[in-house]
Amino acid sequence: MIITNQVTKNYGTSCVVDGVTLELPQGGVTSIIGPNGAGKSTLLSMVSRLMAMDKGSVTIGGLDVTKAKSDELAKKLSILRQDNHMTARLTVHDLVSFGRYPHSKGRLNIEDKAHIDRAIKYLDLEPLSGRFLDELSGGQRQRAFVAMVLAQDTDYVLLDEPLNNLDMKHAMGMMKLMRQAADDLGKTVVLVLHDINFASWYSDHIVAMKLGKVAAQGSVKDIIRPDVLNPIYEMEINVHEIGGQLISVYYG
Amino acid sequence: MSSNPLARLSRPAWVLIALTVLAVASVVLFMTLGAKGSWSFILPFRGKKLLGLLLVAYSVAVSTVLFQTVTNNRILTPSIMGFDALYVLIKTCIVFFLGVGALTSISSEWQFVFSLVAMVGFSGFLFRWLFLGEERSLHLLVLVGIIFGTLFRSFSNLMQRMMDPGAFNVLQDTLFASFATTDPSLLGISCVIVGVVSVVGFRMMHVYDVLNLGRAQAINLGVDYKRTVAIILVLVSILVSVSTALVGPVTFFGLLVVTLAHSLVGNSLHRYVLPASILLGIIALVGGQTLLERVFAFDTALSIIIEFLGGVVFIALVLRRSAR
Repeated sequence: MIITNQVTKNYGTSCVVDGVTLELPQGGVTSIIGPNGAGKSTLLSMVSRLMAMDKGSVTIGGLDVTKAKSDELAKKLSILRQDNHMTARLTVHDLVSFGRYPHSKGRLNIEDKAHIDRAIKYLDLEPLSGRFLDELSGGQRQRAFVAMVLAQDTDYVLLDEPLNNLDMKHAMGMMKLMRQAADDLGKTVVLVLHDINFASWYSDHIVAMKLGKVAAQGSVKDIIRPDVLNPIYEMEINVHEIGGQLISVYYG
Repeated sequence: MSSNPLARLSRPAWVLIALTVLAVASVVLFMTLGAKGSWSFILPFRGKKLLGLLLVAYSVAVSTVLFQTVTNNRILTPSIMGFDALYVLIKTCIVFFLGVGALTSISSEWQFVFSLVAMVGFSGFLFRWLFLGEERSLHLLVLVGIIFGTLFRSFSNLMQRMMDPGAFNVLQDTLFASFATTDPSLLGISCVIVGVVSVVGFRMMHVYDVLNLGRAQAINLGVDYKRTVAIILVLVSILVSVSTALVGPVTFFGLLVVTLAHSLVGNSLHRYVLPASILLGIIALVGGQTLLERVFAFDTALSIIIEFLGGVVFIALVLRRSAR
């Protein structure tokens, strides 16, 4: 379980995340949605200890993220952000191998190698595994980073806009993979998503944020409703039920 | 089983083998070429010079690689942080306040220890910016370092202008990097310091590649980021102190060998880049010195040539970046 208590972040005088208190359930896929500037990524960064919080606390599976040892946390929690600019020149296989670093500290054993191969296979990267990252398209590179996170094999997986740069096929593949990770491997997956239809189709739980605060949270059918979404996004959103799933239409 | 084990070697392995051969050849030539007279004199005489060059090549290569790793930047070198400028300032202060005689009357060991302490203290002082913020704090630290470097340089310039011209001449002579005249009295202490730094650095070997992935990924993978970066920057400042104390400030030499090492090896893994940079440093210094001293009979021009080539590489890197 991920518990945040009064988590707050200020940049100068503007409050980006304003006293967020949340309990994200163990297991399943949770999506965080909301307009630009809602504080979704900042919240995720603080939950994953990449950013210090000004106030509040976060515990993940009983570990306080600001106090627990970083290498202990790395075995429980992985985070992938949107921007993965890198100066290092590495192959896909090298990158995915780094996912095992928390477990092996650079000395890969047979079990580590199995994890690496499985992650590469999961993300369809076998033909690319010897290629350098700077020779790949944005989407391929994104998949390589996700493979690294999978190889890390943590109970909690946090992804900040994992669908960036992905075409429809790979975006769907990515979400299916997250679903599988939650259903088959019992992982707790938390995603920041912009496309509310992806959130609706693949999540168990949705947290909607606006202006640094949690505007609404609950199951998909509690959140994907015009009366909830319209004030959050400040636009007209219609929700239709198609094939048993709630689909939002907001074009035009 | 392949019949020919050499055929299975990867590109980085080939590069390392070739560089090792060249480095050993440079060392052998340096020791033997043009030797006239008794070997019992020549071997210790040239051996001391060689040891100085090896220490400098090693310190500059390792400090530049590690500095680029923690800053995630391929253009920066430790000299940008004002370490060299601090060294110049210390020497200038000695001459300005204690007189030109002090340069020779204070033993070079003490001058060395003093500048080492000052440089490590300076990097410790800079760390407060590293611990202040988070995301951009390393960049802030580098920027503050650059500003202090400028401050040190301005102070040195001011004092040098107010100084007696004769004293200035002597001072300027000690501030030019000279690979031909490493200070032999400092070799022992330098060896010990470089040895200790290497042991500490080697035990952290596995962290370097992870740091190369950037701050967020390093933290995600469980690296204690601030502590690790602080330790590495202390190691870097010690290595810079050693090389500056031995030969004087060198600006572009590190950039030259590390950039070459990266393009020869073809990937960024430290187990290849670090040894390749060290070997290239040895080839450039020892090989270059042999060529200039024995073949062309020049004396002090090597630092100028190396700095010139390094400067060209630097400009090429900047231009290539802006072209992207």
